[in-house]
Amino acid sequence: MQHKVIDTEDVVIRFAGDSGDGMQLTGSLFADMSAIYGNALSTFPDFPAEIRAPHGTVSGVSGYQVHIGSSDVNTPGDFCDMLVAMNPAALKANAKWCKRHAMILVDADAFDQAGMKKAGFVTDDPFVELGVEDRTIITAPITTMTKESLKDSGMDMKSILKCKNMFTLGIACYIFNRPLEAIYQYLEKKFSKKHPEMIAPNKKVLNDGYYYSANVQAIPNTYTIEPVKAARKGTYRNITGNQAVAWGLLAAAEKSGRPLFCGSYPITPATAILEELAIHKNLGAKTFQAEDEISAICTSIGAAFAGDLAVTTTSGPGLSLKSEALGLAVMTELPLVIVDVQRGGPSTGLPTKTEQTDLNQALYGRNGECPIPVMTAHSPANCFYAAYMACKFALEHMTPVILLSEGFLGNGSEPWLIPDLNEYPDIVPPLVSGELEPGQKFQPFERDPQTLVPRWALPGMKGWEHRKGGLEKNHQGVLSNDPLNHATMVAERAEKVARIAEDVPLLHVQGEQSGKLLVVGWGGTYGHIASAFHDLRDAGYKVSYTHFDFINPLPKNTREIFSSFEKVLVCELNCGQFADYLRSKFPEFCFEKFNKVQGQPFLVSELTEAIKQYL
Amino acid sequence: MPVLTAKDFKNDQEVRWCPGCGDHAVLAAIQRTMPKVSEALNYEKERYVVVSGIGCSSRLPYYMDTYGFHSIHGRATAISTGIKVANPRLTVWQACGDGDALAIGGNHFIHAIRRNIDINVILFNNQIYGLTKGQYSPTSKLGAITKTSPYGTIEQPFNPGSLVLGSKGTFFARSLDVDLALNEEIMTAAALHDGTSVVEMLTNCVIFNDGAHKNLSDPAVRADRTIVLRHGQKMLFGKEKNKGLVLFNMGLKAVTIGEDGFTIDDILTHDAHTDNMGIHMMLAEMKGPGLPVALGVIRDVKDRTYDQRMTEQVNEVSEKSKIHTVYDLLHSGSTWEVK
Repeated sequence: MQHKVIDTEDVVIRFAGDSGDGMQLTGSLFADMSAIYGNALSTFPDFPAEIRAPHGTVSGVSGYQVHIGSSDVNTPGDFCDMLVAMNPAALKANAKWCKRHAMILVDADAFDQAGMKKAGFVTDDPFVELGVEDRTIITAPITTMTKESLKDSGMDMKSILKCKNMFTLGIACYIFNRPLEAIYQYLEKKFSKKHPEMIAPNKKVLNDGYYYSANVQAIPNTYTIEPVKAARKGTYRNITGNQAVAWGLLAAAEKSGRPLFCGSYPITPATAILEELAIHKNLGAKTFQAEDEISAICTSIGAAFAGDLAVTTTSGPGLSLKSEALGLAVMTELPLVIVDVQRGGPSTGLPTKTEQTDLNQALYGRNGECPIPVMTAHSPANCFYAAYMACKFALEHMTPVILLSEGFLGNGSEPWLIPDLNEYPDIVPPLVSGELEPGQKFQPFERDPQTLVPRWALPGMKGWEHRKGGLEKNHQGVLSNDPLNHATMVAERAEKVARIAEDVPLLHVQGEQSGKLLVVGWGGTYGHIASAFHDLRDAGYKVSYTHFDFINPLPKNTREIFSSFEKVLVCELNCGQFADYLRSKFPEFCFEKFNKVQGQPFLVSELTEAIKQYL
Repeated sequence: MPVLTAKDFKNDQEVRWCPGCGDHAVLAAIQRTMPKVSEALNYEKERYVVVSGIGCSSRLPYYMDTYGFHSIHGRATAISTGIKVANPRLTVWQACGDGDALAIGGNHFIHAIRRNIDINVILFNNQIYGLTKGQYSPTSKLGAITKTSPYGTIEQPFNPGSLVLGSKGTFFARSLDVDLALNEEIMTAAALHDGTSVVEMLTNCVIFNDGAHKNLSDPAVRADRTIVLRHGQKMLFGKEKNKGLVLFNMGLKAVTIGEDGFTIDDILTHDAHTDNMGIHMMLAEMKGPGLPVALGVIRDVKDRTYDQRMTEQVNEVSEKSKIHTVYDLLHSGSTWEVK
């Protein structure tokens, strides 16, 4: 067989196996290694809610898609160039994601009768049955080879079989010309303390996988994906959205001088933020794993009253439980950041899948007139900036702020140019200082005339004693049932939030600044919509695109931008919540919707098709 | 530091509880206790924070000239926890009712106790929902006739003491609203205790459950139906102090000295500091007929508090770590340079 090394711009690889096969680790190692190599990348872990779903079944398949490239990579890719399927179920669940020319690598050992039956195949040829027999199929006896590789290791069979994913990774490294050093380093770091005896066997299996591929001649082509040439200079690292949120919170705490308190209750897919912060007690972060979601937000409100930068992290069902306390934070005008990593709903819904269906809940889900700033992040790395800005708005405007992340952002990762924090804006909370004049009393709801922000006096400060609570009060902080006072306070709380718009970055339009169609997105769909936009531009279409990171308040130039277009197409992963919100704010414009509610991100291809309908 | 008096803790707000409500007496006791605590521990006035949930008793923070937080129904314990963990220098007091702390807020209540957060919880137990005008609460007696139980309740009440001790509480005390001297005594002990202190105040609701604790508080019967426990003292009660408690079979028994051969030497001596939960549980659960209801400090044992452990852990981890700033963090682990 003639072997070719092909230079390519980008490839998409999907690793799939049983939920216990270690596919998440395999995929993330491949991604990390590619990041260190200098590629642009985007990842998409797609796994079931069950920790160990029934072995060998389609419902138990866990996948991890990596898109690597030598120039801009905005999405994890719609379809893959290579599918790794560790068993028949993984093939069955993922064959539909293979491109026409894709390569499919399977563990031949897993394709016995029992495995095929469990996966629900009815014929002897799974590839024909799935209609993918014309792809490049590599059947490698991965289980057998792993056993062979470790037969002299003295390890028990269970431990040996756990190393299968390293053999697979070795094959992938060969096919895509990846250096193995980064994986060596990972293995050494992971096992050096508790299981140093595991380092050598894992390295051996990895190497054997690599050289097996080189020797068997079953692999027609290998690929090189050059490092990104035009990358901005600086220090990079790979980061997931959840990790970036946690670090952004830590950065805001450092910048503002307020200690970080995070009261949270574990919930998929937000838990990793709490876990990450729990590691960083070294930076003074206090994490409190509460007994429930309500305690999580209420302890945070208590911490805010006492003067901390208080944060609670959750997902949709948890946000529902926090609703009443959100009202308390609005009423007491305390700074608080609520991070909602959205997942498929309603109710328990699709815990591990991504959606943008909590927007209405974030905007409206409370009793009374209860406005809360709502903002979002548009990529995994952007979660750092978004979390930082959420803290800045909360602390400087004395208000709870909801940051809407998404499962797709939280679990996804991308390379990140580490920012210079000196270039980040200062965070200056409106703390009182000194002592009051004798006889004077602190008025907790007296407002700054420009921003309408009240001042923050912390328990422990002499002479500033005051009381806050859920009951309506006047500016002096005294309980009041006076009808006009209530009307005034409702209006002032709303206006305080509206005036945050002064600090919200202006909206920016890509493409023509006026014309027939403006495509609009918000949050984690940025990469997909931007890719669709560029594809359409490359194909000669005249189209414009703008993306909202700030939802409430909206950027000040929103109306001006909308007025330059005949139609606005709002693309979002729900049934049209943002479109409806925009309609309510700007009834004079024509809004169209493109929606998807499948627990999955957009495909670039479906976006380009949808947008073309309006061109 | 200037000497503080009860007046320093009162403000100009009109107290809006019903005339004759037991809460008035508890408020007075708190305002008289705080100066004593300040003197003992050298606490400035600005270190006091009074937190509450929702209910009649939860209006209390508005009547105190301290930092105060009137939160939402059931959540006072969670708010208090956040305040104390954020700033352990503060001394956090909490006012909550039986419905607030034990029904809607039951989960936070037991978990704060389990964690031993250093807060002082004054639990106003009038066995009724007063602010919503007379529905039964989780401490209403079985069979209680209320607006939502016109034919009598069909559920067993909580004994707050058993709940506290069952959650491995480190401090539990009980008193009657009318006993101002005892209230000050046990509230001072609660404030001096490091960890979650729960003081159950048996209060009267003059409108919806009048006479809730009259069977104990009536001066004619109080000495015989209650026993005031003090650490190191014999467990004696009765007008003549001639009755006492002894261990009998698997439980406690009330005996009269000089009858059936019992002498003062047979009477138990109260040990509030013993780790033994069993005896404290038996004392907390005593009720008539046959046994007096225990008042005073039933349990007061030492243990590390959550906020002490948190501070220690933060310090310990910070010292060991090589990462001291967010800059260090961002550049830790695997990074690469593009030149």
